[in-house]
This record gives sequence, C-alpha cells and structure tokens, in this order.
Amino acid sequence: MGSYLVRRLLIAIPSLIGISLVLFTVLALAPGDPFGELATNPNVPPEVREALRVKFGLDDPIMVRYLRWIVAMAQGDWGFSFASRINVDTLILQRLPTTLFVVGSSQILALMIALPIGVYAATKPYSIFDQVANTLAFVGFSLPTFFTGLLFILVFSVQLDWLPFVYRSDISATGWQFYWQHLRQAIMPIAVLGLFQAASYTRYIRSAVLDVIRLDYVTTARAKGLDEGIVIVKHVVRNALIPVVTLVALQMPAIFGGAIVTEQIFRVPGIGSLLIDAILANDTPVIMAVTFVFSCLVVFFNLVADILYGWLDPRISYR
Amino acid sequence: MREQELRGLVAEVKDGTLSRRSFVQRMVALGLTAPMATMMLAHHGVAMAQPSSAYTPTKAGGGGPLKLLFWQAPTLLNPHFAVGTKDQEGSRLFYEPLAGWDPEGNMVPILAAEVPSRENGGLAADGMSVTWKLKRGVKWHDGKPFTADDVVFTWKYASNPETAAVTSGSYIDVVTEKIDDHTVVVKFKKATPFWGDAFVAALGQIIPKHLFEDYIGAKSRDAPTNLKPVGTGPYRFVEFKPGDIVRGERNPDYHRPNRPFFDTVEMKGGGDAVSAARAVLQTGEFDYAWNTQVEDEVLLRMEAGGKGRTMITEGGDIEFIQLQTCDPWTEIDGERASLKAPHPIMTDKAVRQAIGLLVDRTSIQKFIYGRTGVATPNFLTNPKQFRSAKATWEFNAEKAAQLLESAGWKRGADGVRAKDGKRLKFVFQTSINAPRQKTQAIIKQACQRAGIDLELKSVVGSVFFSSDVANPDTYTKFYCDMQMFTTTMTQPDAERFMNQYCSWEAATKENKWQGRNIVRWRSEDYDRLFRAGQGELDPVKRAALFVQMNDLVIADGHVMGVVNRPKTAAVINKLKTNVSGWDNSLWLIGEWFREA
Repeated sequence: MGSYLVRRLLIAIPSLIGISLVLFTVLALAPGDPFGELATNPNVPPEVREALRVKFGLDDPIMVRYLRWIVAMAQGDWGFSFASRINVDTLILQRLPTTLFVVGSSQILALMIALPIGVYAATKPYSIFDQVANTLAFVGFSLPTFFTGLLFILVFSVQLDWLPFVYRSDISATGWQFYWQHLRQAIMPIAVLGLFQAASYTRYIRSAVLDVIRLDYVTTARAKGLDEGIVIVKHVVRNALIPVVTLVALQMPAIFGGAIVTEQIFRVPGIGSLLIDAILANDTPVIMAVTFVFSCLVVFFNLVADILYGWLDPRISYR
Repeated sequence: MREQELRGLVAEVKDGTLSRRSFVQRMVALGLTAPMATMMLAHHGVAMAQPSSAYTPTKAGGGGPLKLLFWQAPTLLNPHFAVGTKDQEGSRLFYEPLAGWDPEGNMVPILAAEVPSRENGGLAADGMSVTWKLKRGVKWHDGKPFTADDVVFTWKYASNPETAAVTSGSYIDVVTEKIDDHTVVVKFKKATPFWGDAFVAALGQIIPKHLFEDYIGAKSRDAPTNLKPVGTGPYRFVEFKPGDIVRGERNPDYHRPNRPFFDTVEMKGGGDAVSAARAVLQTGEFDYAWNTQVEDEVLLRMEAGGKGRTMITEGGDIEFIQLQTCDPWTEIDGERASLKAPHPIMTDKAVRQAIGLLVDRTSIQKFIYGRTGVATPNFLTNPKQFRSAKATWEFNAEKAAQLLESAGWKRGADGVRAKDGKRLKFVFQTSINAPRQKTQAIIKQACQRAGIDLELKSVVGSVFFSSDVANPDTYTKFYCDMQMFTTTMTQPDAERFMNQYCSWEAATKENKWQGRNIVRWRSEDYDRLFRAGQGELDPVKRAALFVQMNDLVIADGHVMGVVNRPKTAAVINKLKTNVSGWDNSLWLIGEWFREA
C-alpha cells in the first residue's frame, strides 16, 4: 500500500508538469495583459506601463517566464498577484475555506439525497416512486446552476425576502447568531449546487444498484434468509458504490468548476470567483496557481478513488 | 465665445453683477468643464464657492453599519498602485488628498486648510507654483501627526520611477518643497494653468511617511501598509480580503467635527451590476451599489418596489463614434491604417456628414440608455442642466441620402451606393455589451435606408480595451472603418482629455499604438491651438482655445458624440450621499448619513 502510494505520487509529478506547461503556454498566448486597464487611463504615462511590465517580467520570452515560474513553484513560492501585489498563496488560502465549506456541504447534501432515493428507486424499478424520482432527476440536471441560482434569488430573496443572496465571508455576529447567519446565507448556494449534483448522482446510483441487484450472490444472500435491509445495504450497495465512487471523485474538480458560476451569482468569495476575477484582470500568476490547484485536485481525487475501490472491494489490490 | 467676452464675464462675476453659478453654467454651455470654469474664476481672484454641506447629524457615530456593494471589488489598497477606479475607491475610505472636486466642480479643501488663490497667496502670479497650507491637528490613524513631510514624501514616492506608481503622471513634472510643518509649495517646470492635479482628488491621496519611507522605489511591493492602510480619513482600517471585502470602523479622531455618522463601513465585492442593483433596490440588503451600468428599463423596474432610487451623477464620460481617417484595409510597412494612406472613402466629407445624420441619438437615448445616457453631438460634454441649447444634432435619413446623391454616390442594384468602383460598405466595431450592440443595430438600419452598408463587428471587452500589441482587434489599433466606445474624463481639466486629437499622439506601430489619438485625425490648426493652450497661463485665453479645439474636431465629422454617460449608483431611500462626477464616488464618504 505504502509503495503503491509513493509510486502513484511519483507518476503524478510529470503529469502535473505537463499540465502546467500547457496552461502557461495557453495563458501566454491569450490576448490581454494585466495592465490593460492602465492603457485606457490618460493619467498614466506610457513609461510607467513599460516600467511595470519590465518590473514584473512580462516582456521576457515565454520559456524564461515559465522556467522562472516552475523554479519558484518548486521552492514553494507561488508568486504574487499582479493585480493585488500580494502573494498568491495568501490569496488562495483566504478563499479556500469558503469554497471547501460550500462545495463540501453541497456534496454531502447531494449524496444524502441521491443515495437513499437512488437505492430505493432501484429496488422498486418502474414503480411510481421510481418514475417520479427519475423525472425529477432529469429536470434537475437539465437546469443549469446559473438558472436555478437566479430563480432561487428571485423567489427566496426578492419575493419572499427570507434569505440574503450576498454571501459574506465576515459576519460580525457572535455565538449562535454567527452560525445561524452563516447557515442562512449558505443555504441557497449549497442547495443550488447540491440539488444539481443530486440529480445526476441519483440516476447513476440507481443504474449501478440495478446492475448488482440481479446478480446471483444477491439471490443467494436472500435465499439464506437474510433480512432484505441487510441484503441491500451490505451486499448490494457496497458493490454498487464502486462506480459511484469513481464518478464522485472525478466530479470533484468539475464541481469546483461548477461552483465558479454559483460563486459568481451569490458572490461567494471562493476560489471560483478568484479565478474569474484573475482571468478578467489577466492576472497570470493567480490563474496559474488556481488552475494548478484544480489539476492537483484531479490527480488527488483519482488517487482517493483508487484507494476507496480497494476498501469497498478487497479483490482489488494495490499493485 | 472669444477672449474679450470671457474677460467681460469674469469681471461681471467679480463686481457681483453675474452670479458664480450662472458664470459656470455659461462656461459649461461652451464646452468647458465646470471645474475649469471655477479655476478660471480663482485665477482672477474670485473666491471658490463655499460648498454647502447638507450634513445634519450633530455627533459622530451612532449610525450603525454602512454597507456598500461594489461589483468590481478593490484588489489593492495603495492609491498609488490603483489599477482602476475600484482600487482608488477602496483606498479613499482611509486616505485623503489635500482637496477634492465637488459635483459643481468647485475645489473643496480636505487636508488643506484652504483652497489656494491669488488673494491668500497660494497661487503665484507667474503660474510657476502653488502653495498649500495644511490643516492643523490632523492625525494619522496610528496617532502620529500629519505634516508637510508626509506631503513631500508622497511626491517623492509617486515620482520615483522605481516605485512605478500609476499616479506618477501627476508628480514627475513637479517639485514639492516643505516651507514649514504646515506649508508646502508645489513648483512647476513651466507655467501651469491647471494646478489642481498633484495632491488633489483620486490621484492626490497622501500616504504617511513614517510607514512608507522604508518602502520607496524597488521595495515598494513589500510595504505591509499596502494591505493595511493607515490614513487620515473618516474610517480606520479593519480588514481587507482582495476582491472580496474591505472593512473599516469609525475614526474617533477624525478632523472634521461630528463626522462620520456610521460606526462601521464595509465594501463587498463580486457578482455583476444587475444583481448589485437588485441587492439595494429590491431587497435592501445593501445601502449603496456602485456603478450600476444596467439598462435603464431594468433599473426602473427595480425602483418600482420603492426601497431605493437610482442616483445619476453627471461627469464627462462620453460614448462616441470615430470614423477612420486612414486606410485600415491596406498594409504599409507591416501596419494597417498607416498615416501614409488616407482612407479611400471616409476622406469624403459628404460621407462623414451623411453618417452623422444617420445616428439617431434620440432613439438611442430613449430606447437603450434612458437616464444613463444623454444624447449629445459633442465630444466635450457637460452636466445636463447646463447643456447648451445651441449644440444640436439631426437625424434625417433623407437628407443624408440627398447629400450622398449630390456628392456622386449613386445607388447600385443592391441598394448600396457606389462611386468610381468604391462602395459605401464599412466595418463598424465596438466591444461586446448589450447597449452597444443595440446602438450598432439602430445605426446600421438607418444607414441601410440611405444606401450605406455597415458590417457590424463586436469584440470581447477584455481584448478590445487591452493594450496587447499582438492583437489586431484592440480599439487602439482601430483596424476598421468605424468604431464606438466610451472615453472617460478622469480629470476635471480638458488638457489631457483634448490631447486625444493632437497629431503627435496618433496611434501607430512606431509607438506600439500607445498614442491617444486613435482616430488618427490630424490638423495643424488643432495642434497649434493645443500648444498655445498648454503654454497659455491666462485661463480665459486658454478656455477660449479649448472651445475652439472642441469645435474644430466636431465640425470635421470624424468624431461624433452619441451619449454622455453619467455615473449611476443605486441607493436606499434614507441614505444621504455626496457623490461627485469629477472625483471618486467615495471622495466624501465622511459626509454620508442616514436620515432618521
């Protein structure tokens, strides 16, 4: 297991380097520069723009800039944001907890909805419950999050005036009030993301369970006279979860991506909105760092998925 | 209006037969900005108007929190690094300049004890220097006294090329010296008619010497104070998360009595303009939303709820159209639209006049911009209530058709006019933005009726407005026949605004398209007037020159105003603000209060 982990991590390094090289090249070729806004400002002399470009090394060849970036990165220096002139790691660490809270909660919500519904729907295929669940799931993942987000705002904030739609990272209240306010402002973004994910997970879990439920060993378990609940939980669901784990793990980075839209709508100060702002400002170090974090997440969750397989199904070994 | 008349008017104000206000109105009607008009009076010994404050609270504090929503949030809090208005606004909560510009264009002292004038000895008769007396008893947020050393240091800091301050344009050409602890003199290299630049308004925010002196030049990025500002302003710094939130608390030692009213202030960022307006006008979650550049229709619908209102503040920003002077379709020495090749068709004045007649400004204002864009044919525009009745425009497709007909442009089988094998077919570009695309469509339709075929092109804003030399679609390259965008008037003086038409400013490959004369319009008369204006110390003569410059550009038809774009903001009902079109929105945040 230990050597397996080490091997996997070593393999990850060249892929991450490859990813960073592609990202850097694409960014270097993309139009615009971080000081574009200064160009339209008549009060800023062209010499100052030039001086800034030289100072931040923007006029050096792409290879030189890439090498400088990767050497610094290897030493744990993430560079600094051109727009804020502060270190990128500080910037990301400021945003990370919020993203983890919102995305994490939405995933838990999604699984809490999708697991029971998916499993129950699969045990009673083509029943009324199954059909209703299927229909809702289709509606759910056909609606994009920016649409449901706006709908939620219009209904719950504007019409009913129940929930705030501006997410604030700092809440001045203390004690229970603090948690209550945090929860209140997080309800809508978490619900929007969670329901969207729940819809697709439900479909997936249902079909995974359906695949397993007709296998011989399940019939055997039933024939032994085991309680139906135990058969489902211990024999069916455990095996059905393997493909589900793959899906959830591989979805994680995509969810961070999906959260970009949701973060924008609800002004959640997370990594997604940081990325959007950085892209709009052509703030290359920040874009590089955030996208690099995303690629690390992909690699990391793949590894997590592989480890979970072994736990779920001991026949899969770490070799 | 010529010099003689202007002089007469100034004299009338001086002896009291003409009110200041009507003088300013007349000047503005001529195409001058209000601040220029008031500076003109100041030069002639007429004191600046005492701005009346509507501030009624009788003690500081007790107002609870003030919540501001900026959909573009500040990313840094050092005013001398401010990449855009958002950063200047964020810094303005904590830092202050010596003076600012009020909505009428009067200079208002903030850290200065008084506005310099001839009488008080502030302005030198030769225009070579201005002496500022500083307010006494002002303290930095950390308790240290504010003195002339801080002002001199701010000049040193901003003018140091190693610092690469974005405000350096205002400081490199001046020298600032300390006279005593509360007096500084700003010396100019040549006679300077517009002295209200260094240390004034957005670019003039003073930073504390004792916290920045170790971080001047190349080390400027490392200053801890870049992230934790210590200023003299009405609010003290509490917390800053770039791109997300800025928070401040009331400064108990603020140098203006009974101010500020609010106990805390927060500036939240993110999202877009529509939802920002909604958070104020529909849900009342926030007190103020900055720059709600949304279609007026949407704003009106939101206002119907009765929770808040849209606040419109006049300024000099203008949405305008340029008709290319050079040939964008022929490459000469690796450069399109080269100065060596005149545009094959746009050089015909009849065509330019026809296009001018085909811009339906009334409909554009009525159906697209509403209150957020006021139709105008001018380039140098002014507050609405002062707008000249003389300046008119016409929308007349038939007249345009006749004009073209008599100039020899005959309709072809497809309805497009042609002459000598050249067809009236143009590419018209602008950035992607709903009102702009609608405006393009309106103009295209009108042109079609008169026999001109417009091909509409829209470029994503981040490319169009970038300074990327490698991209052919930037507005500074202007590689097509017509384009439309907004140019902002960041300064209440017209010199920098009007240098956009000097021939030496023409955007070319040679200057990496950094020249500000994007339309590449060249006129010896204009250059001469501009040079004369630059060196002209007498503000009355200078004003007359600017008026002539404006008329020259507009009359030639390569440039035409479409709508003047005031600042818009959403404000909840009881909040009383003090926003100026000639300064940052938060320039006097200490004066804001909520009515009981």
